[in-house]
Order: sequence, then structure tokens, then C-alpha cells
Amino acid sequence: MVSVDRSTAKDDIEKYEKRNFWSGLFFGIGLMAFVDEVIFHQLLQWHHFYDLSTPQIGIFADGLLNSFAWFAAIGGLFMFADLRRRNAVWMRRWVASILIGAGTFQLFDGIIDHKVLRTHQIRYNVELLPYDLAWNIFGAILLFAGIALLVKARKERRSA
Amino acid sequence: MSHHYLGSIELWFSVTAALALAWALIFYPMLAIWTNERFKKWPVRRYLFWFAGVTAAGAALVGPLSEQAHTSFSAHMIGHLLLGMLAPLLLLYGKPMTLLLRSLPRDLARLLSRILNSRYIHFISHPVVASLLSIGGLYILYRTDIFIWMHQSTIVYAIVHIHFLVAGYLFMMSILYADLTPHRYSFRFRAIVLILALAGHKILAKSLYAMPPAGITTTDGEMGAMIMYYGGNLIDLAIILLFCYSWYKATAPGRVVRAI
Repeated sequence: MVSVDRSTAKDDIEKYEKRNFWSGLFFGIGLMAFVDEVIFHQLLQWHHFYDLSTPQIGIFADGLLNSFAWFAAIGGLFMFADLRRRNAVWMRRWVASILIGAGTFQLFDGIIDHKVLRTHQIRYNVELLPYDLAWNIFGAILLFAGIALLVKARKERRSA
Repeated sequence: MSHHYLGSIELWFSVTAALALAWALIFYPMLAIWTNERFKKWPVRRYLFWFAGVTAAGAALVGPLSEQAHTSFSAHMIGHLLLGMLAPLLLLYGKPMTLLLRSLPRDLARLLSRILNSRYIHFISHPVVASLLSIGGLYILYRTDIFIWMHQSTIVYAIVHIHFLVAGYLFMMSILYADLTPHRYSFRFRAIVLILALAGHKILAKSLYAMPPAGITTTDGEMGAMIMYYGGNLIDLAIILLFCYSWYKATAPGRVVRAI
């Protein structure tokens, strides 16, 4: 659509490579936070809005993370829209970074929020270990799948 | 448990608020139609934003909701969301400052522009200061005795509610550059401040769930906190969408990049 100045074309390619990564990462983080909210808070109602043992630091961290995730989900998609209108979408790289974002969020939530800060637990009145294991293994799988895909995306030259 | 709710709101407040709201409804279209002769036609959607904003503020200030808010924390929270978040957002998109500047005679318009460019406005419309005034103000309201005084004195009640509206407006205009914006900051900086400010709102909502203000029953406190949290989320969504969309428009390819 708009011709790119030759002297900056290479810089632009690098810039949009990075933007593909950040767009996917932000969207992945936001997406996982959204899934967490809809499935575990609202539909299953396993997670609690607040559990009585939540310490102040837990509320604090949870608020920050949630606020960031809201913004990341929407901001990530607007960055993607920007890449599309510039014809600069690199799909494999984008999907890889979504997986990395989602996996990182899942692991962070599973380890830092649930275990270290004890904001809330996955489910109440049950043996927690299988839930914690399933939660974090799932997060790790997402993360490693994302990294593998990113490595693969790096090997191929950008075709678009 | 509602022994703190002593006095009811005195009549002068309701009358003054109703008058102010009526003026806002009358003068805005008057100015817009009057200046249409000299300038571009004022778009219909701005009237709609303005009327919707005045209505949202009105619902919180006069009428059944404001009366209920005196005895119910949940009703108070609905009023807070309307007056402190939704109304400012809608009013801002009515672009009142643009309208005022094109309505005033030249000398007064210059004076207004000098005021807008002043160091004082620069200071209070800085994103961090505006966030502290609005979100920080909430912490002070709910975590000090002001919340009790608000129910005992109409003057305190009036100050708190005017503060909700003004600080909310200041916050919206410091983040979203929809109207005239003399002092500008980068998208990245505003995004960070916005995330922190919205986090502050969520943190306060959850802490109110855990520990409601003095004199509020547990069930009412929990309900009000949930309204604050989830209602706030909805308006956050609108703010973030508008913010990102303005970034998307401002960075369009081929567009000459403005100073910020």
C-alpha cells in the first residue's frame, strides 16, 4: 500500500518481526487470563473471587496482573491489526509467541499466584496435588510448544 | 448496622445538581447549533455522547439511585461507577473543550487557551497526578472517616461527589486524547499509567470485599465490591479499546506522525 523508504526497509523488517512477537506474547497472556476468568472463576466456580486467607500482597499482585492482562489482550490484537494493514504478519512467529505468552501466564499463575503468594487455589476441599500438577504441566507444554515453534519460525526466511 | 447513616441529603444539593445538569443539557446544544454557522457542523454523535454522559451523572446525583445510595453500599457503588467512570468517559467524547473554545469570543477564547496551557493544568492533567487524584481519592474515601462524614453532612457529600466527577474526567482526559489536549505524553507512558491505575481500582475493589468500610454489612459490602470490580472491568474494557484504537489511528501507515 505505502512504499517503504529503502534506507529503512531493513530496520522496518526487524521492527515488525519484533512486533509480531510482542503482539502474540501480549495476546497470549491476555487470552489465558480470559480463559482463566471465564472457565475457572465463572463457569466452574472453582476459583474464588477472594478467599479469606488471601494476603494483602496476593490481592495486590492479582490486581496488577489482571489489569495488565486486560490491556495485553486488547493491545496485542490491535498490534496484530497494525501488522495486517502493513502486510507484515508472520503467522508462525505470531502463533508461537501466543503459545509462549499463554504458557508463561499459566505457569506464573500456577506457581507464583497459587503457591508463592497463595492468592487462591485451583479448587477447594479437594486433594490439590493432581490439580496443581495438571495446571503447571499444561502451562509448561504450551510454553515449550511455543518455543519450539519460534525456533522453527526463525529457521525459515520470512516469505511474505 | 446502618447507624452511621444519620442525615439525609439536604434539598439544596439535589436542586443545585438538577440545575447544573439541566444547564449542561441546554447550553451544550445551544452552543453547538449557534457555532454551526461559523464552523463545521457539530457531529450528531457528540451530542449523543454528551447527553448520555449527563444522564449517567444525573442518575448518580439525583433521583432514586442517589437516595438508595445513602443506605446501600451496592447502590453507592453503582453511582460511583456512573459518576466517576462512565459519565466522564462519555462527556469527554462530547468534546466540551473544543465546543467551548469555538463558542467563546476571541479574547475569552485566548484566555481559556492560556489557562489550558498553564502550569497548573499541566500538573493536574499529568497522567500520574490525575490517576492519584481519582484512584487515590477512592482509597482515602473508603479507608478514612470521610466515608462516614459523607453520610452525615451534605457538604462533605457534595464535595465527594463533585470530586468523583471532576477527578474522573481529569483521569479520562489525561489518558485519552479525545478532546483538546495541550499537554501530551507518549502512548507507551500513558499505557503504563493506565494499567497501574486500573490495577489500583481492582486492588481496592478486592480489599473492600475483604474489609468493607466502617458501618457496612458484610453482604452489602461484598456485593458493592463485586459491582465495583466487575462493573469497573466493563468500563476498563471501553477505555482500553478507545486507547488502543487511537494508537491504531495515529500510527496508520503513510500518516505524518505528530509530535506525540
